Amino acid sequence: MLDLVRRRYLWFAISILTIIPGLISILVFGMNLGVDFSGGARWEIHIPSISQTRDGLENEINDVFTNSGIEGARTQLSQGTTNNQQFVIAFVRSKLVQSDSAERKAVETGLISKFGADTRIETLQTVGETVRGRSIRNAIVAIFIASLAIMGYLWAAFRGTPNPLRYGVCAIIAMLHDVLVVIGMASILGWLIGLEVDALFMTAVLTVISFSVHDTIVVFDRVRENLRRSSDDYERVVNRSIVQTLTRSINTQFTSFFTLTALLLFGGESIRSFVLILLLGLISGTYSSIFNAAQLLVVWENREWRNWFGRGKDKAKPAAA
Amino acid sequence: MRKQVISALVVTIVVVALASWIVFFPKSFQSLTGRDVSTHLGLDLQGGSQIFLRPADPNEADLTAKLENAAGVIERRVNGLGVSESVVQVVNGDSIVVELPGVKDPAAASEALKGAGNLEFIDPQGQYLPEGTEVCTTATPRYPITVQLPSSITGTSGVTTTDSLSNTNPLSPTSNLTTTTPTTPTERPCDTPYTTIARGTDLDTSQVALTTDQAGRPAVFFRFQTNSDSANQIASFTSQNVGRPMSIVVDNRVISSPQVNGSLPGEGIITMGSTGTTVAEQNSQAQALQNQLKYGALPVTLIEDSNRSISATLGNDSIEASKVAGAVGLIAVMLFMLMYYRLPGLIANIALLIYTVLSFAVYNLVPVTLTLPGIAGFILSISLAVDANVLIFARIKEELHRGRSLERAVEDGFNHAWPSIRDSNASTLITSFILYVLGNGLGVSIIQGFALTLALGIIISLFTAITVSRMLLRLTIDLGVSNARWFGVNPEEDAAEVAALSSEQA
Repeated sequence: MLDLVRRRYLWFAISILTIIPGLISILVFGMNLGVDFSGGARWEIHIPSISQTRDGLENEINDVFTNSGIEGARTQLSQGTTNNQQFVIAFVRSKLVQSDSAERKAVETGLISKFGADTRIETLQTVGETVRGRSIRNAIVAIFIASLAIMGYLWAAFRGTPNPLRYGVCAIIAMLHDVLVVIGMASILGWLIGLEVDALFMTAVLTVISFSVHDTIVVFDRVRENLRRSSDDYERVVNRSIVQTLTRSINTQFTSFFTLTALLLFGGESIRSFVLILLLGLISGTYSSIFNAAQLLVVWENREWRNWFGRGKDKAKPAAA
Repeated sequence: MRKQVISALVVTIVVVALASWIVFFPKSFQSLTGRDVSTHLGLDLQGGSQIFLRPADPNEADLTAKLENAAGVIERRVNGLGVSESVVQVVNGDSIVVELPGVKDPAAASEALKGAGNLEFIDPQGQYLPEGTEVCTTATPRYPITVQLPSSITGTSGVTTTDSLSNTNPLSPTSNLTTTTPTTPTERPCDTPYTTIARGTDLDTSQVALTTDQAGRPAVFFRFQTNSDSANQIASFTSQNVGRPMSIVVDNRVISSPQVNGSLPGEGIITMGSTGTTVAEQNSQAQALQNQLKYGALPVTLIEDSNRSISATLGNDSIEASKVAGAVGLIAVMLFMLMYYRLPGLIANIALLIYTVLSFAVYNLVPVTLTLPGIAGFILSISLAVDANVLIFARIKEELHRGRSLERAVEDGFNHAWPSIRDSNASTLITSFILYVLGNGLGVSIIQGFALTLALGIIISLFTAITVSRMLLRLTIDLGVSNARWFGVNPEEDAAEVAALSSEQA
């Protein structure tokens, strides 16, 4: 039978190598915070087909904002097509403006006089101090409470096994792995393709969390069942459980891969980065449930950390020290 | 055929028929049951505005109570804007969120919400207009604004029609204060509006204060700016109408109809009604009236903190895009299931279609406001629904590999898969519950919609996987399908695998 547990430190090393670039990116570049977290205003402007160059268009849009009394607006362009009609979507970030302010009206008239009557502000999102602080606080609280609740549930669900708390802890470690992967990727994609961390991103992270645990539990359930049935040593029981659930893990990953790819290709501009994050998170979640969560149970069972330092036996740094 | 198969089949048919009725013929369902089951679209799908309002002074006393009060008034104004399915909520006790789906001019809407409200003193033509009456006036000829008043407002100002209006000189006799039964006003078409005597814009709001009349009863003092039209008109009206009522109106809605006790030279006091109310009640009535005179209808000055406006065009594009994505994703999943799992795959696909219809029926019935992340949550829950089936079929296959009979394999497969389905779905339910509760601060309906669709998806998928799939599998066996090949198992080829498995298990 396929032996996945023997190479566990290789799998941990792959995980770490995936996480490290993201962590470096977070430390060096930070996160590209969306308007939900940074405050200010975000405009989405629909402009009918125009002949100007990209840079020219960006400058013209910025000019409209400056002339309307909004200094320091930053524009990012995106192409779109409906019914064979080309158009441009301009995403503009600016300082906070009130939706009923004179500046807003000035921008609207300025844009229409420059780019024609079909120009329109598709969305205007302004975020002030009150809402902004709340988003950050609630997101962190949500992740924390969800972790505790899941850990508690697993502890209860695995109370028939010798060390029930381990299952909860290992599931949460695997979950935190996925959170780190996703946040690190988001930071990299932030400066690579301008992906923004906003309220939707937080929703994606929370979804990744629940799917990651969902996947891990299916493997753990097999471990629980096989422990009851055989008196094999723990390592072999865990390996057999992983292999037995492998097909299911991959097939389920496939089906969510299909639906998410469909959303990515056809779901529209507004949720593209949301879906991208979900896709990355779900792949990471499947990986961690196969290659991290159950393997950590073995590390714990053997108390392998006693060999990590000093005895020269370690092949890689531990994933979760 | 087994009895349990027949009963599960009947349940399934009834549920699916009911769900299809709701999804495909919502009008006929509504006419028979009186329940609106049309699809509710969030403002990111139909366009609209979400506005967060915060108090100008966050350290104000009794802030939460005042915000609740203001939210009630705003809700009425929102209804006045003609917006359906709006949401007005106090969030965290320190701000108000207003969602206006489909609103065309977000700037105007925001202005109307946080404005001071339109205060008027009108001539009610001798009628004691009851509190809450919708009126149209010469200054604001709009009538009627709403059909139904939210109940939350009526409690905020307990001013009764027995209030009386006196000038500040203690000359006017208070003995003529009588309990008057409010006469039901005849509904006036808007071409004969009530005459506006004085307007709130002329009121010197810094002078509005709580006081007592000469008999010691709670009262509210008010003064119009000297020589303003309102001051002059109220003086002449009151001198000609002693003993008759005058109505105070905010946003075309009567808040009080006191009786005129004497001529008011541009200022006066409004005494709270004396019969049937305790002093404490009169005090709180006076407080409420003072707030309404001073701040229009809003007891706190509100500032727009955040705003999210989405055009209807973008919303429409998003719906179309989601439909395409949903269809493509569903078809891809179904093809995969059919090719990999064969007959069980077909059964899973039927269960999946039933799952889709049931989901939308439940969304419309609850109702769940569908948002873009909500639709994403649904499309994602498709793979969760399939996952339960994948778990079961994998187990059935294993049992078949072990050489079990088909019938036995199906039963054991379900029983063995159940603990993992239960525990994994329970953890996802926990997460969506936490998301729903904390979603308030993260943008209200957007994230709550996602959490709700995900949670409902899990519950419905448990029904389709456990009840529908199992019933269909038993049905096919009872109908005589006995070849394991239909389940993707080849006995000869798998002989080696079976041997390997049994040696592992030994």
